[in-house]
Amino acid sequence: MENLLDGWGITLATFSPLVGVAIMLLIPGEREERHKVVALATSLWVAFIGVLLLLWFDMGETGRLQYVVDEMWIDVIRSRYLVGIDGMSLPLILLTMFIVPMCIIYSWNHFPEPRNPKAFLILILILETGMIGTFVAQDMVLFFVFFEIVLLPMFFMIAVWGGDDRRYASLKFFLFTLFGSALMLVSFLALFFLTGAESFAFTEVADNVLAHGVSRTAQLWIFGGMFLGFGIKVPMFPFHTWLPDAHTQAPTVGSVILAAVLLKLGTYGFIRIAIPLLPEAAVEWAPWIGLLAVVGIIYGALGCLAQTDVKRLIAFSSVAHMGFVMLGIATLTDFGINAAIMGMVAHGLITGMLFFLAGSMKDRYHTLEISRLGGLLVQAPRMGWIFGICVMASLGLPGLAGFWGEFPAILSSYSPANGLPVETFRTFMVVAAVGTVLAAGYLLWLLQRVAFGNPPEEFADNPEIVDVTRHEWMAWAPILALIVAIGVYPNLVFRVTDGAVDASLNDCLQVNTAELTDAEAEALGCAAVYEVGSGGGHDDHAAAGN
Amino acid sequence: MGSQLLLLAFERPALDWHALAPEIVLLSVGGLVTLIDIVFLERARPITAAVAGLGLLATAIPLLTLALDGSDRVMFGGAYVVDEFALVMKAIFILAGYVVILLSTNYVAEGEYWENEYYGLLLASLMGMVMMASSRDLVSLFVALELLSIPAYLMVAWRKRDIRSTEAGLKYYLMGVFASAVMLYGMSLLFGVSGSTLLTDINSVVTAGGASVSVVTLGIVFVVAGFGFKVSAAPFHTWAPDVYQGAPTPVTAFLSVASKAAGFVALLALVFVGFYGRPEVWEPLVWTLAAVSMTVGNLIALRQTNIVRMMAYSGVAQTGFMIAPLAVAGHSTALGDQALSATVTYLAIYAAMNLGAFAVIISLARRTGSAEMSSFAGAFRYAPAMTVAMTIFLGSLAGIPPLGGWFAKFEVFRVLTSSGDTWGYALAVVAAVNAVIALYYYASVLLRMWADEAPDEGVADVTLTPSLLSALVICGGVTLVFGVLPQVVARFTDVSLLALGG
Repeated sequence: MENLLDGWGITLATFSPLVGVAIMLLIPGEREERHKVVALATSLWVAFIGVLLLLWFDMGETGRLQYVVDEMWIDVIRSRYLVGIDGMSLPLILLTMFIVPMCIIYSWNHFPEPRNPKAFLILILILETGMIGTFVAQDMVLFFVFFEIVLLPMFFMIAVWGGDDRRYASLKFFLFTLFGSALMLVSFLALFFLTGAESFAFTEVADNVLAHGVSRTAQLWIFGGMFLGFGIKVPMFPFHTWLPDAHTQAPTVGSVILAAVLLKLGTYGFIRIAIPLLPEAAVEWAPWIGLLAVVGIIYGALGCLAQTDVKRLIAFSSVAHMGFVMLGIATLTDFGINAAIMGMVAHGLITGMLFFLAGSMKDRYHTLEISRLGGLLVQAPRMGWIFGICVMASLGLPGLAGFWGEFPAILSSYSPANGLPVETFRTFMVVAAVGTVLAAGYLLWLLQRVAFGNPPEEFADNPEIVDVTRHEWMAWAPILALIVAIGVYPNLVFRVTDGAVDASLNDCLQVNTAELTDAEAEALGCAAVYEVGSGGGHDDHAAAGN
Repeated sequence: MGSQLLLLAFERPALDWHALAPEIVLLSVGGLVTLIDIVFLERARPITAAVAGLGLLATAIPLLTLALDGSDRVMFGGAYVVDEFALVMKAIFILAGYVVILLSTNYVAEGEYWENEYYGLLLASLMGMVMMASSRDLVSLFVALELLSIPAYLMVAWRKRDIRSTEAGLKYYLMGVFASAVMLYGMSLLFGVSGSTLLTDINSVVTAGGASVSVVTLGIVFVVAGFGFKVSAAPFHTWAPDVYQGAPTPVTAFLSVASKAAGFVALLALVFVGFYGRPEVWEPLVWTLAAVSMTVGNLIALRQTNIVRMMAYSGVAQTGFMIAPLAVAGHSTALGDQALSATVTYLAIYAAMNLGAFAVIISLARRTGSAEMSSFAGAFRYAPAMTVAMTIFLGSLAGIPPLGGWFAKFEVFRVLTSSGDTWGYALAVVAAVNAVIALYYYASVLLRMWADEAPDEGVADVTLTPSLLSALVICGGVTLVFGVLPQVVARFTDVSLLALGG
């Protein structure tokens, strides 16, 4: 069928949530049911557009930007409204469109104190616009604006509906992220002026970096600024400290969105902007990124072992998992970055699901103190089983989605891209592998203490502890299905991402080969595996000329 | 014989009535307000605010016709110029003045202060600002400055039964006069060197250098310092917190926006028309003022418990941002134009968001009767719309997209980084760090409003008066539109002073 969404589908998807917000603003706050219906309908409508976008997406050319819109936005600064989807962003966009309705369904009867569904749902919809916008933006200024739009809603979600320590947690989240993005903006601007680009479009700036020979020092500095901006958002060790606080204090749905999508804005920034635009600097920085990634893996795991609170434990496990994603990215290989995108999707689904479960447990037990919990399988068997599956998925059990994020990331660090120190990355590989063992340790320990055994006395006859409710099923079943589906057939994601990663890394790898002698390249054995410089896919920047 | 001599000595300058129309209308409105008071006495009270407001809108009409006409009009041998820059700034003054009248309407009436005099003085002060925008001569700059300052001294002390207000008025007056004296001394040095009060003449002497370098430098430093007081740039900001806190809140809004913008107009005219040939003097000076203002303003703002005092220090920090582009403006004329546009853009957006924030403060303080931050706790529970409005304005001041402030900050960063030199980058990094510090106190206020429990006593709904509501709608709309479609503001602020200055 003809592609009906070309040229306006993305715009429709990005801004539809705001239309929903406008409608909800007109409805008085007491009509709670109406607000819920409008919000759900809006998010489902967006998801429906997402499905159409997927159906009409040209799978043969995932490396090419599709559904492109290119209009002048702010003439004076030559910033464009340039949006498009390629294989790298498609999985993340769909993840966003998928998670948001699930969150709204889950919230249906679960609005945290002080309730106020109207405001809560409006914030979720604004978040959705910001998140989708970030993934589709192909212009640095536009990207920056969307990247920031998510800040205020998330800040208020934590600050108003959060736990006892919400003030501290929300401010910390806000300040950390804004600090990173302020420096990121300065880096963007510096890059723009140093390259003398005619617009802020990614592809154009990337071409100009190569053409204008921006000095190495400048590239390193600029990459450093972007590294702070994206690294804080990911979050990478040692900038992760905002995450456990934010997660622990945020309301359930806030945690889910934070884990499922917001963290990905950072990693996505690396693979969409930092690395393709500054390949030379990326090569210099990659070992350090890899180092911080594995430190994060180990530190996150050790942090998990020390936690006494379920939510905080899951938050620390996020730090570890994002470490795997960053390790995959740091290898700068096609394989590693594919693994990273898979890791993002898998982590989004699994950790999102774990936060849903933690929230539901909190509703029932009114505590998440691990030492007080126990016997979930006895009192709420279905929930216990779901918890078990998610834990298994999170520790990377083959057959579930988590495996395809972790294992290829570790594997890819065996042979990083040309120009990277192989021994170092192999050391990282070993450390990361140890990290998976630790992950199995803390997750199984968590499962054991929470789900196994007999219910503790204080909850033994508590009528509040019921099994999975209808709304919970409706919100969780699709997520669980996807976790299994991707686990069994990972090509669902890889097929989409591979071509795009290839296209985006092309320049990056070309630069590297230029610096190497043939002997070195042969010794690394990369050329054959990753088709470096073999001319495969020399269509340059996939998006150029669209 | 005598009259003939007089005719020889005094040749009546050619007046361009169209160019002077805004000033003439404004003057007539001011006269009308005073006349109404004299004729109708107490009965005039209800209509004064409306007359003043409508008068200001009428003033905007000649501004429009002049803008449509589009030609630069030069009078008095270059001392008084109506060009794009002047028109844009005049428009900002008139609109800001209109919003201040909306803010004042209930405040002044309910406080049982003198009303007609208040609006008369407000219009006189605006008159000074409008003149300031066109002044390109030391004397006319000084006259305009005094015309806008002296009514402001009186308005600050308007709550005359309140000791704080009286103290604020006296403090403002003494500090203001002191600053004027410093500035006059600087001006006299410049006049002594160049033999002319015209900024263009001064520029040619300043550029030539020669034996008088040290005198010129001293003159420039003194004049810039004098206007640094007016725009409350650190370290000349010490008057601002006490004055802001003591003055009636609408007057504070007026000072923090219009009066500051007027100081900037003068500063811009001086830098771009008068001193442009000697960047090695004013660039480091401005760099220091910008960095110090941002840092000092923000750090002290962190510790405030009174929201008006916090806004005062935040205003100091914002001044740092506005002045920052000038630190690289002398590198090239292209960069100079961009720096000018960036500062004017910032002023326009700042006017909307800061007035909006004060509108919310005034509205909420009507209920709580206090500007202590603690009295804003839990506002989301009883005044959700007001809380959302405050979120828009403070978020915009912090520079969060898609609210107007982001574009203002973006323009500053853009100019600083496009200079391509280390100093520009260094200031950009200082600004970036300061943007984060500023977020802390803006977000703290928002946290109080959104997340805290409302006090139990008197949780009556906040009643919005129509004038406050219109002020909120104007400011909020402008803040949002400028944020989503920055092209709108950028088109107007794309002005240049360098073509004239040579």
